[in-house]
Amino acid sequence: MPKQPTAVDSFPQQFAEVKFDLPGSGLAWLDDRREAGIETFNALGLPTPRLEAWKYTRLQSLEDTQFRSARADDANAVVDLIPAVLPADPERPRLVFVNGFLRRDLSMTGGLPDGATVECLTETLERDTGWVETHMGGAIENDEHALLALNTAMMSSGVVIHIRPDVIVSKPIEILFMTGLTDVPVAYHPRNLIVMDEGSQATLVKHYVGAGVGAYLTNTVTEISVGPGAVLHHYRVQEEDLGATHLKSEHVRIGRDGTYDSFALAIGGRLSRTETFARLEGEGSHCQLNGAYMMRGREHCDNTTVIEHMVPNTTCREVFKGVLNDEARAVFQGRIVVHKDAQHTDGYQLSKALLLSDRAEMDAKPELEIYADDVKCSHGATTGQIDEASLFYLRSRGIPQALARNLLIQSFLGEALDEISSTEVRKAMMDKIVHWLPAHCFLADEWRDG
Amino acid sequence: MLEIKNLHASVAGVEILRGVDLVVNAGEIHAIMGPNGSGKSTLCYVIAGRDGYEVTSGEILYKGQDLTELEPEERAAEGVFLAFQYPVEIPGVPNTTFLKEALNAIRRHRGESELDAMECVKLVREKTKEFGIPDDMLKRPVNVGFSGGEKKRNEILQMAVLNPALAVLDETDSGLDIDALKIVADGVNALQSPECATLVITHYQRLLDHIVPDFVHVLANGRIRRSGGKELALELEENGYADFGEAAE
Ligand SMILES: Nc1ncnc2c1ncn2[C@@H]1O[C@H](COP(=O)(O)OP(=O)(O)OP(=O)(O)O)[C@@H](O)[C@H]1O
Ligand SMILES: [Mg+2]
Repeated sequence: MPKQPTAVDSFPQQFAEVKFDLPGSGLAWLDDRREAGIETFNALGLPTPRLEAWKYTRLQSLEDTQFRSARADDANAVVDLIPAVLPADPERPRLVFVNGFLRRDLSMTGGLPDGATVECLTETLERDTGWVETHMGGAIENDEHALLALNTAMMSSGVVIHIRPDVIVSKPIEILFMTGLTDVPVAYHPRNLIVMDEGSQATLVKHYVGAGVGAYLTNTVTEISVGPGAVLHHYRVQEEDLGATHLKSEHVRIGRDGTYDSFALAIGGRLSRTETFARLEGEGSHCQLNGAYMMRGREHCDNTTVIEHMVPNTTCREVFKGVLNDEARAVFQGRIVVHKDAQHTDGYQLSKALLLSDRAEMDAKPELEIYADDVKCSHGATTGQIDEASLFYLRSRGIPQALARNLLIQSFLGEALDEISSTEVRKAMMDKIVHWLPAHCFLADEWRDG
Repeated sequence: MLEIKNLHASVAGVEILRGVDLVVNAGEIHAIMGPNGSGKSTLCYVIAGRDGYEVTSGEILYKGQDLTELEPEERAAEGVFLAFQYPVEIPGVPNTTFLKEALNAIRRHRGESELDAMECVKLVREKTKEFGIPDDMLKRPVNVGFSGGEKKRNEILQMAVLNPALAVLDETDSGLDIDALKIVADGVNALQSPECATLVITHYQRLLDHIVPDFVHVLANGRIRRSGGKELALELEENGYADFGEAAE
C-alpha cells in the first residue's frame, strides 16, 4: 500500500502553495527568513523521542493527520459567543483571532494609553516593517529548532504588543485565539511579538480556545523582550478541543531589574507542548514561570522550561501543579541553568501532580545546571493520589465523596493559583477549574470568588 | 440508639476488634477508656465508616439500621459525628467554606433547604462565641497551622454546627488547657438531650469531672473487658490497666 502523505511530508508542499499569501509576502528580508526557516525544518524534520528533550512526547497526531493550511475564508467561521476569560470592557483592548486571522468585527481596541500599541502582525508589517525586522528574532537564542523554524517559514498573523518607555497599561489586554469550525483539519502558525520598553508595565491574558470538535494544529511562537525595569504579567489559558494539537514556544529575555511573571492554565487539548526559554540578562531581573494543568481522557500535556541565569543577582520561581484523570499524561521538564558569572542566583522550582486514576501518568524531570559557586537553588517534584485521610475527614462531615474529591483538587491547585497576582485573573482561572471538575458540585460562592 | 454486637474488625488484614459488645441508649453518655493500641480509635473509625476498616463479623445498628451499609457521608447525614483524635489539615479550604459545605450537604440529604452564606456565617458566629474561637480561625484553611488545642476546639465547633444525634469524641481532651477543657465539656453538655447520645474516648478522669458519664467501659485487646458506673474511671486512675493485660484474657 502506498504510504499516505503525512503532515511532515506536506509542510514543505503547503509552504510552496501558500507562501505568496502569507503576511508580509514580497518583503525581501521576510521572504529570506521564511525560505531559511523551511530549509531548517526540512533538514531537522519533526522532533522525535530520540531527541533527549522530546523523550516523553511524541508528535503522533502530526504523523497521522493530514492538515491543510488555514486560509483567509477560514476566518469567517460563525462565532456566536466570544469565549473570553475576562468580562468585556470597552476600556480595554481585546483582539480575537479566528483560525489565524484577526477578526476586527469581534475585537475591541479602546482604552490604551498613548505609547502602547496592540495590533496584529500583518498591520505592523504594513505600518513599520523596519521595526518588525529589527525586533523579530531578537529574543530567540537558538533557532535550530524544527517547530520554531516551521513557524518562521509559515508564520501567520499573531499579536504585536509594543509598550514604550515608562508607559503603564493598567487594564489587562486580552487576546483570543479561536480555532476550529473548518471543513478539514487546519494548521496555522501564529507569531507573536511583545516588546516592553524600559520602565513599561502591562498585563496580558491569552486564551487559546477550540470552537469545534475536529482536529487542528496550532504551532505558535511568542517572542517577549522585557526591558530594564519593565514588568510583564503574562497569563495564558489553553482550552483547546479534544482533537487539537497545540504546540508553542515562548522565548523571553529579561533586562536589568525587569520582571517577567507568567501563569499558564492548561485544561484541554489532545496533545499540547509549551516550551519556554527564558534568559535573565540583566542584574536584578526576576522570572516567574507558573502553571496548572488538568487533563482527562487521553490528553497529553507537556510543559518544558529552560531558565538561564546569565548575570549576578537574578531570581526565578517556578511552580507547576497538575491533575490527571483517566489515561491522561503530563510531562514537566524544568531546567535551570546558572552560568559562571551568575553569582547570588536565587532559584526555586516545584512540580506536583495529583493522579486521579491509576492509568494516568506523570513524567517529571527537574534539572539544575549550576556553574557558579555562590547560589541558592532548590527544586522538588512529587506525584501522588488524593489523600485518603483528608477525603475521609470531609466525608465524615457529610460532604459527598464526589464533592469532597473536588474540594481536595481545588485545594491542591489553589497553591498554584496563589501565584497569580491579579485577583481578577485568579478568579477567572478558578472558574475554569471549577467547570473542569468531574461531576456537578455545590461550591460556596465566596470560596470560588476568593 | 447504638447497638454493637460481637463486632470483629480488621485493619490491613490484622484483627483489631475482637468481639465488641456495646449498647448506648438515647440520652446517655458513655465513656470508653483503655490502654494505648487497644482499638479505641479503630472502633471510632468503624462507626464513622472509614475505608480500610473492615467489619469481618458482628453488627453495628444505629437507630435500628445497619450502619455498615452506609457511606461515611450518609452516616454523618443520619446524625453520626466523630471528633477525630488527629484532625486533618486541608490547605486552601477556608474553615467557613468547609462548615457551610458540610452543613448544606447534610441539610440536602435531609431534604431541608440550604443556608446561604449569610445565614451560615450567623450560625457559625454564634457557636464560635460560645467556644471562644477567634474569628480569624474561621477564615484560615481547615486546621492548617492550628495548635493541637485549637484543632480540638475546631472539632467541637463542627460538632456544634452540625448538631449530631450521636457524637463520638476520640480523645478530644488531650492537648487542651484547663480553660479549653471546660469549654469543650460545656459544648458536649449543651448538646445533650433525651434524643442524643455521646460516646467519649479518654485517658483521663479530669474530663469526666465535667462530662459526667452514665457508664464507663474498659476496652482492652479489642474487647470491652469491663463496664461500670462513673466510679470505674476513678478506680482505673488508681490502678491502671494491669488487671486487663494478657493474663486477664
Ligand atoms: N493501618 C494499620 N495497619 C496495621 N495496624 C494498624 C493500623 N491502624 C491501626 N493499627 C493497629 O491497631 C491497633 C489499635 O489502634 P487504635 O488506634 O485503635 O488504638 P487506640 O486504642 O486508639 O490507642 P491510643 O490510646 O494510643 O489512641 C494498634 O496496635 C495499631 O498499631
Ligand atoms: Mg486512639
